[in-house]
Amino acid sequence: MPLLLLTATVIVVMLAIAIKRSHSLTCVLSITGISISFLAVFSVLPYAGTQVTPLLIVDSLSLLFSAIILLIAAFIAIFSFPYLANLGDQKEEYYLLLLLAALGALILVTSNHFISAFLGLETLSISLYGMIAYPVHSKGAAKFPLEASFKYLILSAVSSTFILFGIALLYSQTGSLGFASLTESLNNSLSNTPMIATGMIMLTSGIAFKLSLAPFHMWTPDVYEGAPLPATAFLATIGKVGMFVLMLRFIFATDALQFEAVVGALTFLAVVSILLGNILALLQQNIKRILAYSSIAHMGYILIALVAYAANNGVIAVEAISFYLIAYLIMSLGAFGVAAVVSSSEKEYDFVNDYQGLFWRDPWLATLFTAMLLSLAGIPLTAGFIGKFYIMFAGVQGSQWLLLIALVIGSGLGIYYYLRIVYRMLLPSDGTVKFAETGGSSIGSYAVLTILLVALIVLGVYPTFLMSILESVATSI
Amino acid sequence: MILVLLILILFVGGVLAWLSEFLNASAPRWVALGSLLLAGILTLTLVGVEPLSLSGLSGEWLVHFKADWIPRFGISFQVGVDGLSLLMLLLTIFLGIMACGSAWTEIVDRCGFFYFNLLWTLAGVVGVFIALDLFLFFFFWEVMLIPMYLIIAIWGHENKNYAAMKFFIFTQVSGLLMLIGILILAYFHFLQFTRFSFDYFELKNVVLDPSIAMLVMLGFFIGFGTKLPTVPFHSWLPDAHSQAPTAGSVILAGILLKTGAYGLIRFTIPLFPQASADFAPVAMFLAAVSILYCAKVAFSQTDLKRLIAYTSVSHMGFVTLGVFAFNMQALQGAVMTMLAHGLSAAALFMLAGGLQHRIHTRDMSEMGGYWAKVPRMAIVALFFSIAALGMPGLGNFIGEFLALIGAFRANQLMTVLSAFGLILASVYSLWVLQKVFQGSYESGKTDTSKLLDLDRREMVFYLAMMAGLVWMGMYPQTFLDLSSATLENLLQGARLAIAGL
Repeated sequence: MPLLLLTATVIVVMLAIAIKRSHSLTCVLSITGISISFLAVFSVLPYAGTQVTPLLIVDSLSLLFSAIILLIAAFIAIFSFPYLANLGDQKEEYYLLLLLAALGALILVTSNHFISAFLGLETLSISLYGMIAYPVHSKGAAKFPLEASFKYLILSAVSSTFILFGIALLYSQTGSLGFASLTESLNNSLSNTPMIATGMIMLTSGIAFKLSLAPFHMWTPDVYEGAPLPATAFLATIGKVGMFVLMLRFIFATDALQFEAVVGALTFLAVVSILLGNILALLQQNIKRILAYSSIAHMGYILIALVAYAANNGVIAVEAISFYLIAYLIMSLGAFGVAAVVSSSEKEYDFVNDYQGLFWRDPWLATLFTAMLLSLAGIPLTAGFIGKFYIMFAGVQGSQWLLLIALVIGSGLGIYYYLRIVYRMLLPSDGTVKFAETGGSSIGSYAVLTILLVALIVLGVYPTFLMSILESVATSI
Repeated sequence: MILVLLILILFVGGVLAWLSEFLNASAPRWVALGSLLLAGILTLTLVGVEPLSLSGLSGEWLVHFKADWIPRFGISFQVGVDGLSLLMLLLTIFLGIMACGSAWTEIVDRCGFFYFNLLWTLAGVVGVFIALDLFLFFFFWEVMLIPMYLIIAIWGHENKNYAAMKFFIFTQVSGLLMLIGILILAYFHFLQFTRFSFDYFELKNVVLDPSIAMLVMLGFFIGFGTKLPTVPFHSWLPDAHSQAPTAGSVILAGILLKTGAYGLIRFTIPLFPQASADFAPVAMFLAAVSILYCAKVAFSQTDLKRLIAYTSVSHMGFVTLGVFAFNMQALQGAVMTMLAHGLSAAALFMLAGGLQHRIHTRDMSEMGGYWAKVPRMAIVALFFSIAALGMPGLGNFIGEFLALIGAFRANQLMTVLSAFGLILASVYSLWVLQKVFQGSYESGKTDTSKLLDLDRREMVFYLAMMAGLVWMGMYPQTFLDLSSATLENLLQGARLAIAGL
């Protein structure tokens, strides 16, 4: 249902653009469509656990993340509106791409078959190429959207081929493409043949590319920096989460963690991502690059719980991953959202220096930004802390001491670059940078940011509600 | 319920103080003072309360409150106050009022936000002193960092960014090690009792393998030892102190350091009696090194605030020494030292801050001969220096003396070495007085046009602290009685646990 409704929205928006070009109408239509699909998620709730065609599965995990992805997509659409307002080009098609990308992500989280997973993945990626390159014809675009888009296009295509090759190898050994039927043949005889192990490793590296885990992370900072801010936010939140949920489902359905090679590879990826991501973020001057590197580290943190799951199959690990993903969505969307609010397609304010004295110029925005950054650093009262707590708990349960030490070192480094931004905002304003007057059009963005802040703090102080949902989700898989 | 109220007053008071800035520029300080006084009255009502008789709780708890928080992990909002917590609470509120007073005229910039941070730091500290759930404890432990960071980073002196960052990273990383320790404990509770729990009383029942217990205990020790601080983890303190505004130094030296000592007494020893006993010789060695080494380093400082900061590390060495001696006198001494040092160090930092506010330097080589110019300040400084060096009749003497007596029974060599710290203390304390207040006054060295003597408001604060120190020195029984039941229980529990192994 949500999928169909969202597809219908794409068509309606497309027709509406054909009839009358209006930026605000398109935006409102898209948001309405997303909201209707969001509500539709709840109507499907009673049918949780049904397999819809061999390709898709509707269960609590997919419903939870569908709802979240739709919500985030709506928020990003709201951020995009004032951002695109000054674009010297047609603005309407951007929302089409956004809707399509959200559709791809929805398919990603609902699929339990290689075919649908790959379709979803490509729908998401191809729409993202467009979103990243969107302002390329605008005169004012200071950044390098085309370069970013091409970099993403090429590397993403390469990683897709990795994934395809991995699928092919698995298929050659098992003769099946569904996650569930894969297990049956895997358990029968050839559980650990070199072909299957190679296929798994190919798949893992392809996924690691998409999740920008080190050492497959090279594209991340450049693409983040070059893309327009709402697109970066989309890539960093929905792109990552959709992929991660798919990986979770694949791993749980096929029990891929029984392969020591996979667990070893994941451990390696986690340690390298945490350390490298945090170290490289230390000296960056550009907020988008800092967030890019920090997202590498955060994906590494989540892998800790995954590896811990391999060690002792605790449900805590699944909950930890889901909780951290949600927390990560809130805080990184919040951080990018703040940057998007002060920027426009003409001029992006993405240097740390630009934020000097923000506390005294716009206290509310600065408070929002500080809360998001502190949450990213894992300080209490925020969702990030509970997330980190969950991850550490899972790590302790799986006795992953090496990974936990990496986590502690990584967090220590992380504090430095997050606080550096906070400190900049605290300094007296030097008056050289003045953000453009956004006027009334960014009220929506402020409202969204405030909602995110409330969610951040509620989850940080009283997470029981979400925890009980996640617990039922985790036990149902 | 009274405890929940206590924390709420501080949190809400902070927000109100911030908001009241928009009404009137001088309103925040009155709001802050008002909330602190209210909290103080609330705390005072706990003095003399009969201990509760609750089943399942070891110890003499005066008040206790428990509510579910995150049942998924067996985390509850559990707070309680016994004699030890009560003493710490009184110290916290008292010094909070002092800090408020020392900021009264010094902080003029964005003062609403300043008092917000001040009260939130205090709320975090109060939470640390009353939390009986380890997750809650850790929560408060971290909550107090951010406002303290902001206090240093916004209102600090020339090198504030470096100092604030160092403070934050040191405490945060060591805190994470402690969090891993807490999680291991909770997980072992799950293995042994088939459910998660972060409850202090339930975690005491967890039996750990000695080698694991040692590692977990070390995680706790590093967490608390960094805050205390003890020698290998102390280097953040001089920077943080010298850069913080006066009120920040007062809170740091007077209260935040005590949370580390409190943690050692409340958590490290009861949760890991055997591992702590095994580790005691090392801890006492570190304590002796802290005492002697930091006293020596203090002597070579020219920056007045840095000097006092190093003396703090040195004095806190006596606390570590006392805690790890595992007997009643030493523990009592440690607690007394915490209280007395809280007052004397806070007063010295207020004096140093007051001087800096007046002449805009902390460099002692640019001072000298101020006795004639500011006699009242000089006498106050003399009093607190003498208190810090351990003059009999004042609180610090009782604390350090008891700690040494107790420690002598446990480890003679380290105690003898530590005792030399008392001599070094008198050397550097008197040296400061000579450099700053005595000698001949040379005009033109620094701009002393604003060097005014203490006014009436400041005298009230200093007199209150003097009275406290004299009380502790002359009739320490008041304080010893309050904490004795707690400490007795704690030792009893530790002995039983060790004997049981």
